[in-house]
Amino acid sequence: MTLETLNKGNGIMDKSKTFDLSKTGLTRRTTLKGLAATAGLVTAPGFVRYSQAQSSAPIKIGFQSHRTGIGAAYGRWYEKTTAAAVKAINAAGGINGRQVEVIIEDDGTDPGRGAEVVGKFATQHKTDIVFGTLFSHVVIGSAPAAGEAKIPYFVVSEGHHVASTKLNRYVFQPGITDVKSQIQSMAPWIAANAGKKVTQIFPDFAFGYDHRDYLPPALKAQGADVIAQIAIPPTESSFTKYFPQIPAETEVIYHVMVGPAVLTFVKELGEFYGSNRPQLFGFIDSLEATDINSPGLEFLDGSHFWEGSPRYAQADDTEAQKAYRTAVGIDDNGAAVGDPKDVSTAAHMFGCWETLYVVKKAMEDAGYKGPEDRAKLVEATEALTAFAEGPEHPQGAKTFNGKIHQCFGIQNISKVEGGKLKVVHKTKIEDGLYEAEGDYTTQAL
Amino acid sequence: MSEASPAKAYGLHLGVIALLFVLSFLLPEYYHGLLARIMVLAVFAMGYNMLFGYVGLLSLGHAMFFAAGLYGAGLAVIQLGWSVPAAFAAGLGCGVVLSLVIGLLALRTTGVAFMIVTMMFAQVFYLVILYFASWTGGDQGMVVPQPARVLFFGATALDLTNPTMRYMSALGLFSLVLLITLAIVRSRYGRVLVAIRENEERTKMLGYDTFSNKLAAVVISGIICAASGAAYALLFGYVGSSFASVQYSILPLLWVLLGGGATTLGPLIGTLFMYYVIDITSGYTSAYLLIVGIALILLVLFFPKGILGSIRQRWLGWLP
Repeated sequence: MTLETLNKGNGIMDKSKTFDLSKTGLTRRTTLKGLAATAGLVTAPGFVRYSQAQSSAPIKIGFQSHRTGIGAAYGRWYEKTTAAAVKAINAAGGINGRQVEVIIEDDGTDPGRGAEVVGKFATQHKTDIVFGTLFSHVVIGSAPAAGEAKIPYFVVSEGHHVASTKLNRYVFQPGITDVKSQIQSMAPWIAANAGKKVTQIFPDFAFGYDHRDYLPPALKAQGADVIAQIAIPPTESSFTKYFPQIPAETEVIYHVMVGPAVLTFVKELGEFYGSNRPQLFGFIDSLEATDINSPGLEFLDGSHFWEGSPRYAQADDTEAQKAYRTAVGIDDNGAAVGDPKDVSTAAHMFGCWETLYVVKKAMEDAGYKGPEDRAKLVEATEALTAFAEGPEHPQGAKTFNGKIHQCFGIQNISKVEGGKLKVVHKTKIEDGLYEAEGDYTTQAL
Repeated sequence: MSEASPAKAYGLHLGVIALLFVLSFLLPEYYHGLLARIMVLAVFAMGYNMLFGYVGLLSLGHAMFFAAGLYGAGLAVIQLGWSVPAAFAAGLGCGVVLSLVIGLLALRTTGVAFMIVTMMFAQVFYLVILYFASWTGGDQGMVVPQPARVLFFGATALDLTNPTMRYMSALGLFSLVLLITLAIVRSRYGRVLVAIRENEERTKMLGYDTFSNKLAAVVISGIICAASGAAYALLFGYVGSSFASVQYSILPLLWVLLGGGATTLGPLIGTLFMYYVIDITSGYTSAYLLIVGIALILLVLFFPKGILGSIRQRWLGWLP
């Protein structure tokens, strides 16, 4: 096929803008010499290595892990889930035909170190993206470093900070829903099934404030009310003195205590109420990586929890969910296979698996080749709109809002029954949708 | 210990500054960024050293001075929309006020009581940050927006998020504080501070108002730490309560102990050493803090005066 035929055939190429050998002054002999030299260069050993390095070098993912510090329990399971996802992706051919390599750096669950780690990924390891951060203060502390280095930063945090559009265009949360959406999704079920007079007990810091601020309007919309809000200082180790503040007419206690003190909190709440207690509703964040059958937690029997992904295997688990659990290595009770005491952070860690598949999809859509295509990767991620339930998204289907870089999905409400958590309700994606608070796509890349 | 001539002392310090300047063009990208951060935090350590090294007052609450600068500058930009110079000045102002108040109260105590009182004040400061979370961002902290971190000189805009600009800004602050520190410790006032450290009663007997001198030292120390905090907020774009936690009160103590208390360059050496030990060892094991701990124990056993302190004691008695 000649060039002119090609032009006529597709109507795209403009001959005036194509390279014309006759206008260069080059003779046929010179051209042949040049071609021979080029062929020699291409077949030289060094060049071969170089070209292969360009085409088959692994995609490098910088995993900012909470290996030490307060996030260590999460960090360990996030690493296991990530390793399982990468193994599955590589076994299926990798991303754009390239294998995926994960480089891990410990951020100590510290925002200062977190920013340094992002810088290290961008400038020393030269990873393609940074991924995997959970704790909100580390995400917020690291986001400026990611934005300045212009390296896409895919977090698995569930904080509302990404969707608030207060960070920057390089930060995404496509694999786990944010806390505002989660709380909003819970409200209809609480109002319809648990009670309409709700007292909130929450830790007196940012994690608690999300619940303090987002639950009342969500319940109000369902005809229920928050009648008291009890904030407990983070330094508190005994809680009995706060319980008399719970109004007598309370029908539901909504609790989101976190950290080691949660066991004391539940035990003392049990001693305060005895067998005649209001309904209890909590977020499993309080008890992630903690055995629900730990001594002192008996009082939780019959209470309800939010779960992102169920800790315990359910009778109606999909094939994708079963395959995911097997790949990650958790048994039917949500503990490590072979070590029943090593309880996972199942409600959150699926986000690592799903985020990596979003990264894969976006890189393939962008035709991603290397760091020079990071801006294309950002735009390709922003262009995504939905993820179907399946092996890549075992927790369930999701939608993605490219303007706020946040996904929306279903939530699980589970009841503690016989020492296990049984899913009694699944919310709809629409339950968690809210008005966008900004638009990252207006920011320059 | 003999004192170095002005030419020798200032020559050494200007040489260090020149070396840091040259390193800006030689270092790989990652270490370039890391050194900028280290220089800002070395300023924090220099502020701590002013009180701990030269006056002998061991504070466990200096995170509050760093955080005063951090939040003073950060909130001025985020909540009030102030320019970079105004925000930096706000950070310094917060440091002055806080250190003056804390100094007036805490200097009524000495020794262990001073440690505990400063730690308690820092804890109060930390909890205040959490309490006013709607303003401060609480434990999550806040981002100082990238577009606001630009310094204008007439029509010229200097983007502090640019790696070279950031490095040079950090170097500028570090150099200024280093030379001021050197001038102070070589001055008559600096000798009075050392005299207080060595024997406060005798210094009083010689007619010096030791309380006023110590208060001035607390304020100078507080301003320097606040300058470091303000620079951190403006150069690195994050303001968070973890920088006000007890960990950040202990870190400058460790940096100074490592580098050498009462040495002007010790804080830089200590900060640099600690950062690199953590950065390198964390690549091999998650138990890197154990290695840091062992390194600290070995240093205390074999170099009780820190790296530069030991060098001064054994070989270079003139080191300031």
